[in-house]
Amino acid sequence: MAQGQSTGTVWRCVVCDGVPVVVMMGGMVERWEGMCRVVLTDDQKRAAFRALQERIVTGEGRASREQRARAFSHTGLPQPLDGLLGKVATSPTQVTDADFAAARAAGLGEDELFELVVCAAVGLSARLYDAGLAALAGAVAGEEDG
Amino acid sequence: MRLEILNSGYRPGTKLLFALIRLFSRQPVPDAAKLVFYRPDFYGARAKKFTHEAMRGPSAWSVADRELMAAYVSTVNESAFCIGAHHATARLACQDGARVAAVLADLESAPIGEPLRATLRMLGKLTAEGKLGAGDMREVLSVGVSPAQVKDALAVCAAFNTINRLADAFGFEVLSPEGFDAGAKYLLKRGYR
Repeated sequence: MAQGQSTGTVWRCVVCDGVPVVVMMGGMVERWEGMCRVVLTDDQKRAAFRALQERIVTGEGRASREQRARAFSHTGLPQPLDGLLGKVATSPTQVTDADFAAARAAGLGEDELFELVVCAAVGLSARLYDAGLAALAGAVAGEEDG
Repeated sequence: MRLEILNSGYRPGTKLLFALIRLFSRQPVPDAAKLVFYRPDFYGARAKKFTHEAMRGPSAWSVADRELMAAYVSTVNESAFCIGAHHATARLACQDGARVAAVLADLESAPIGEPLRATLRMLGKLTAEGKLGAGDMREVLSVGVSPAQVKDALAVCAAFNTINRLADAFGFEVLSPEGFDAGAKYLLKRGYR
């Protein structure tokens, strides 16, 4: 953090998450730093969610890591998996026995389906969590809505 | 459940545990509980740790507030099993069934404080629309909710958006009111570990 004194006023360049944000004076600095720490730092809850996310996507599994990463981000999935996992992410109450039957008929085993459904559910939740935290950071930084 | 491994793919020790739970509680083992016992190293162990941290870990929100958030997110997602389970748990935690019912029926007229109402409104919008702006969050902060409380509420939201999806995708069996009440007592006594 850069700091100095000019014509009797103490100033500091506040750095948040490695990025210089703004020059502030006096007691504003401590207040801003406190807010940034709360908003940008991973708390225990967030860390526990990340541990879950990393385990299901990058740890050992019956489905390939590439398949699990695609299920998590819901990108580049072949049919009929795209149909099933799309419903898991956006309209889970619409999932039917036929969706699972179609995935089994395409050669996916029960354990693969278990893992991929978990990845799709946690992936959607991760995007909501990130969107909420980004909105909070924007509110604290005084951003206007785009 | 729609995957046979989630109905019968458990180790002998886990099957014995399920039998003991059925014997002592006189209720079926809820599918939400079964799920975390299936290959716990893949999902269950870390999911339980995160959910317990979100619902019972340190927070300025009470356990009753967080159970109400769980019930509210489940209601927005129309997740039948989780609505039943967390309506029962919130009712027991709040000791006020009418207050819980009022929140879930009409958030804007429910007899709750503005900080909790604004937070539930924000969680509902995030869950239903998948996005939020800084302005949405400023409205929450402006009624006295701290940034740390917002983060805690977002953790509850992430936990229940996950569980709601798994409940509906895997097809959790909806329990009787007695079954949900028994689960609520367990969750308030032991948490999610």
